[in-house]
Amino acid sequence: MADLSAVRADSLVKNFGDFRAVDGIDLHVRQGEIFGVLGPNGAGKTTMLRMLATLLPIDGGHAEIFGVDVRREPHRIRQLVGVTGQYASVDEDLTARENLWLFARLQGLTSARAKTIADDLLQRFDLQEAADRPLSQFSGGMRRRLDLASSLITRPPLIFLDEPTTGLDPRTRGQMWDTIRELATDGSTILLTTQYLDEADQLADRVAVIDRGRKVAEDTPDALKTQVGDSTLQLSLADGVDVAMAANVVRLLLGEDPVLTPESGRMKIPLPDADRAADVLIGLREAGLGISSVSVAKPTLDEVFLALTGHGAAKSQMEAAR
Amino acid sequence: MTTRTMTPATLNPQRVDSSTVVARTTPRSSLQETWVQILAMAWRALKKMRRKPEQFFDVLIQPLLFTAMFAFIFGGAISGSVSNYLPVLIPGILAQTALTVCMATGVQLREDMDKGVFDRFKSLPIARIAPLAGPMIADLIRYGIASVLTLVTGLLIGYRPGGGVLGCVGGVALTVIAGWSLAWIFAWLGTMARSAQSVQGISMMIMFPLTFLSNAFVPAETLPGWLEAFVKVNPVSHVVSAVRDLFNDGAVTAEVGWAVIGCVIVVLIFAPLAVRSYSRKM
Repeated sequence: MADLSAVRADSLVKNFGDFRAVDGIDLHVRQGEIFGVLGPNGAGKTTMLRMLATLLPIDGGHAEIFGVDVRREPHRIRQLVGVTGQYASVDEDLTARENLWLFARLQGLTSARAKTIADDLLQRFDLQEAADRPLSQFSGGMRRRLDLASSLITRPPLIFLDEPTTGLDPRTRGQMWDTIRELATDGSTILLTTQYLDEADQLADRVAVIDRGRKVAEDTPDALKTQVGDSTLQLSLADGVDVAMAANVVRLLLGEDPVLTPESGRMKIPLPDADRAADVLIGLREAGLGISSVSVAKPTLDEVFLALTGHGAAKSQMEAAR
Repeated sequence: MTTRTMTPATLNPQRVDSSTVVARTTPRSSLQETWVQILAMAWRALKKMRRKPEQFFDVLIQPLLFTAMFAFIFGGAISGSVSNYLPVLIPGILAQTALTVCMATGVQLREDMDKGVFDRFKSLPIARIAPLAGPMIADLIRYGIASVLTLVTGLLIGYRPGGGVLGCVGGVALTVIAGWSLAWIFAWLGTMARSAQSVQGISMMIMFPLTFLSNAFVPAETLPGWLEAFVKVNPVSHVVSAVRDLFNDGAVTAEVGWAVIGCVIVVLIFAPLAVRSYSRKM
């Protein structure tokens, strides 16, 4: 096939009444890559994914998956895409094994083959011990793993993951990341949504940033982060210290102005890398300028947002909720 | 947890190849695939029945309670004695019980649709009728249990059907068919309504007029003319008359034919409606 795109969407639109949840998004996911869609709650990430997965009708625009028209041939699309939702879509009244067997049977596998696949997946996702227990005894992480396993029965070439680690503890989160990387190594293309910059950073080859139903940026995680600096040094100067002098010291050291916050004596300094924080602190001490508190922070989604849109993620979340 | 740190190569000997998968896709499920899917969904419904036996409560209690209650309360007034009333009543109770089970079908379908697993069903390449038809097939068991229980209760309090064993088997079979067919109406309601409660409410409003404004409990001739006219076109009346003919005389009369034709018409209209409204929700 000449066209190597897994997903190609042009000006996708979705309206819920008067509210335009997705407002003309273009998306181009190449085969074999992990593509991240980053944005706050209510930005339209899930809606977009559900449209591409044929779970919601597309109101406007055009979408193709491996060259198959999503609107015209939904049944084909469903054979190409494995969907793992934000809320585990597994049957609470069945056991893990029964869930997998049912989904395999529904997709045309023989009963014996369905059993084998269920066993394989249970083992792969470390669920053998819990395989015959009711799902009500499952932890959030186990449910997610079962949900992901359910999406992989027919080994679909494209996998949608809607906020795969939201609400998981850090260890389970790391395991989920490993699993996602393994899937990509197997040759599957992965489209995932996330609220976390570090998740996109860890996993994605490319990232689209979505805000209020629009795409505001698309780039590699590294390129996105350099727009806001690798990390930020936050300083509170001691009482009576001249802010202008301190700003001058920073400018001389880093060649860039610090961002002064409205509270007196506080400043944020974008750093090319975290090591430079020490230079700034030493510089200030040599100039005899006292500090009352100091912290170094990685850029948050909110800061990326601020840099890209001029308003914070929390604000657009509030607007989406209205 | 540490057992999951295997190398990808051992997990999957072959890499996923998109172009072969795309070439293998089909535009829709074949009839045979659809049948397998329906059976898989029926299996799911049966599992759920076994895990939650409390949902059989209405199926078990209603036949016992209503048969005995109606027989002893109305028997003397309507037919002169309980034993004279039973041949009239038992088919009527059967129809009423079947309709109650129908209602449960609609309510449970709605409850099911609100669950997370329905997102999964939607995203799978399955025929859209499978999630509806599967539970309906499993429900045949409930109609069977309810019908047999009603009949047994009747026999215990003195009902002696003139149609013999064959007539009884025919009557029960007809009730099961009728209940299953009418259930498509409630399944359609289930896909339309906003919540399980509203399905329950709407179903009640349909069920009560349908059962009581029929010949299920009283002879139609005793009613005022306008009501008698409605009772005579009410499909429940035809089913009740047909079951009476089978139970009491062992006769396959024209009423039986009309009842079966009525059932077929109901399925032909409401099954496509239900599937369409369900796919739209999907």
